[in-house]
Amino acid sequence: MSEKLISKVPEGPLSQKWTEHKAHIKVVSPANKRKLEIIVIGTGLGGASAAASLGELGYNVKVFCISDSPRRAHSIAAQGGINAAKNYPNDNDSVYRLFYDTIKGGDYRSREANVYRLAEVSNLIIDQCVAQGVPFAREYSGMLDNRSFGGAQVSRTFYARGQTGQQLLLGAYAALNRQIHLGNVKSYTRHEMLDLVLINGEAKGIIARNLVTGEIERHGAHAVVLASGGYGNVFFLSTNAMNSNGSAAWQCYKKGAYFANPCFAQIHPTCIPVHGEQQSKLTLMSESLRNDGRIWVPKKLEDVKRLRNKEIAPSQIPEEDRDYYLERRYPAYGNLVPRDVASRAAKERCDAGYGVNETGLAVFLDFKSAIDRLGEHVIAERYGNLFQMYEKIMDVNPYKEPMMIYPAIHYTMGGLWVDYNLQTTIPGLYAIGEANFSDHGGNRLGASALMQGLADGYFILPYTIGDYLASRIQVPKTDINDPAFVEAENNVKKRVDKLLSINGTQTVDFYHKQLGHIMWEYVGMARNESGLKKAIEKIRALREQFWHDVKVPGTGSELNQELEKALKLADFMEIGELMALDALDRKESCGGHFREEMQTEDGETLRDDNNFMYVSAWEYKGDGIEPHLHKEFLNYEFVKPSTRNYKD
Amino acid sequence: MDFTLKVWRQKDAKTKGHFETYKVTNISPDTSFLEMMDILNDQLIREGNDPVAINKGCKSSGPVAFDHDCREGICGTCSLYINGRAHGPDNEITTCQLHMRRFNDGDTITVEPWRSAAMPVIKDLIVNRNAFDQILQAGGYISVSTGGVPDANSILIPKEKADESMDAAACIGCGACVATCKNGSAMLFISSRVSSLALLPQGRVEAANRVKAMVDKMDELGFGACTNTRACEMECPKHVSVSHIARLNREFLLAKLKD
Repeated sequence: MSEKLISKVPEGPLSQKWTEHKAHIKVVSPANKRKLEIIVIGTGLGGASAAASLGELGYNVKVFCISDSPRRAHSIAAQGGINAAKNYPNDNDSVYRLFYDTIKGGDYRSREANVYRLAEVSNLIIDQCVAQGVPFAREYSGMLDNRSFGGAQVSRTFYARGQTGQQLLLGAYAALNRQIHLGNVKSYTRHEMLDLVLINGEAKGIIARNLVTGEIERHGAHAVVLASGGYGNVFFLSTNAMNSNGSAAWQCYKKGAYFANPCFAQIHPTCIPVHGEQQSKLTLMSESLRNDGRIWVPKKLEDVKRLRNKEIAPSQIPEEDRDYYLERRYPAYGNLVPRDVASRAAKERCDAGYGVNETGLAVFLDFKSAIDRLGEHVIAERYGNLFQMYEKIMDVNPYKEPMMIYPAIHYTMGGLWVDYNLQTTIPGLYAIGEANFSDHGGNRLGASALMQGLADGYFILPYTIGDYLASRIQVPKTDINDPAFVEAENNVKKRVDKLLSINGTQTVDFYHKQLGHIMWEYVGMARNESGLKKAIEKIRALREQFWHDVKVPGTGSELNQELEKALKLADFMEIGELMALDALDRKESCGGHFREEMQTEDGETLRDDNNFMYVSAWEYKGDGIEPHLHKEFLNYEFVKPSTRNYKD
Repeated sequence: MDFTLKVWRQKDAKTKGHFETYKVTNISPDTSFLEMMDILNDQLIREGNDPVAINKGCKSSGPVAFDHDCREGICGTCSLYINGRAHGPDNEITTCQLHMRRFNDGDTITVEPWRSAAMPVIKDLIVNRNAFDQILQAGGYISVSTGGVPDANSILIPKEKADESMDAAACIGCGACVATCKNGSAMLFISSRVSSLALLPQGRVEAANRVKAMVDKMDELGFGACTNTRACEMECPKHVSVSHIARLNREFLLAKLKD
């Protein structure tokens, strides 16, 4: 194992690790916190909660976001809910059970201690959000309501209609606004981080571009917290927002932070199917719909044909001719199997020719039995906004006819490698939320992204960052005229000028779509050795062409959205290659990573714990040079890894 | 489908704007409005330095700048006045949820930015909505810090109150209410936050100070007053009801009476 990959997981029993760790790490006195500056990149659930909490503690915080307001971060779009181990419904939930479900759901590729801590602080998050005024759904008693999500047999998901992410983000954003008002946090909107600055090997600041004026700015600090989200948009079509990107994390990688498990990308089973080449993004239909919706395709191919020719409506197909394939294959969890399992099952049916739309890439999500059982008004109350969203996009009323859905890229479990303190391999650089790799292994369970973002930002980072900063209270304010800042700024300017000067023939989107096709075809839901090798070749060729032929209009000294896109795509072109490289190395099937060579007779994933029970952490070695793979071997002290079984 | 687009072009906040006319062809009815704008931009980039386009009187040949992000109607980034209506001809949706099947083949469509003194144009169709952040920073929160809060179920909230609070909290901060109001008032926006928190016991503690601080900030930033035309409610993509403005007024009056 590399000397830099020290996980710093404390000794002792699982349930005592975090308590013990907190008791022994250093703290910074209030008077000294005032002397210290922290930069936070991103204002989603992780970034906003971290910036607000650090501001409350008395640090000087600068928070950056690419949107016009912190509230726009893509956490806002999370629909279904947030998990916590409250056990309010008395269904025998516990911190241990949430921990166990998360470890199992991640197919035993995450760190036990981190996941246990996540489950441990989950309850605090719900308390915090209620205190902030988040209007969670309630019972008539006035108590909080819960629902179920995939990969769990208990109801532990708290929700605010289909807008849970929005409400939680508005809570964190409100806490952030209070700190901005009090002067503890300074907010930089429409600013994009384009480089990380290191002085003597420590993270000391960033280079950012003011997206309105185009000015390249230097910002110094004693530590930098990356909360910039995931890199799912490498696929072009995904459920991520258009501006979500992996560039901030990628620039940190290029400055020495190891990138962990890049090939672990989550494909969400319930998205609105692709309609054509003019499409710019995919829309998610919340996993919560699988509480009441049943997934099926016809049993008979002639019914499929008639559906595709629009000769019959789906509701006309009788019960006995429907194949509720998840209920058939996984009786114990039924429609609530984890996302990776549900996605592969949909692909399996569609590959066998049972896809229900013209492209053959769609299955049904049907609410008829729930409507018959509960009445339309109950379904409307639970999912009204999702049904409305579906009808607007598809022009079909889902109260009358089933929804059509298909898997799409949704989330990336991989990210910057962090230790137990959430510190990357660069001292002073922390990564939280989707930007790090730590808690979800090979597959994330539904309603756990919100939990992780807020756990990191409210309750973990504010403690652990103190341990680093405590020994830096004598360190003066970072000098932004240091040669390291000048060099980083010059490099950014060169990159911008280069992109603007190519003046080729094709637009940024043209190249992004090409990259997306390569990724989906070879690095998507099913991967194999020859395909991955082909992907690497194709990506390299495409990147070469991009740097010679892309056309980015306008200048660098103005609001220039094409330039912004080009900068992001330049990084996606490299991220895509690393994903393929990582997928090639991992010759096992695990969570969302399905290697066709490694499957059971009935098409389930075949893990290889003897050879691959490690976190892959890639070290950048220079452009055009193969990155170096470091391995953090996972030590399962408390849970015995077993084959995931959702059948019985 | 084919369309003629009349699009507002404006180099920056200081430069005077104007309309340009463009044609887009071969648009699928299933394409969203913003995807149609992507196609227009693709076209404009390819023609970019084309002297013919400039000779035809095309003053701004670069792509049209417009705000967008989630493209599923929740982030509140997209805006646009389309044929004289905020977020286009349909009710209760954002521009990103509008699809071209809503228009007729051959239509001429006029696309403008939000029009409000408090939200000036930055470039083309992008406006500066920073005033909304400032209003919320003035007091749109419960002053609770991280940690040390009671168990979530120790605060009981009647279901109807929680539901109504959620109705108010559905606001996405897009600015359609301000853009459509003849007075340029931000009352619906503010009321969503004031009302959402005022309905909850946790929010009552600071209710009076909150409403005063937010209304003061709104006035300071140059938004107009409400004259009950209800245009805001009509154009709100989340259909936040003006009944929340009524609650805001009540809260404000009570707070002022206590002064």
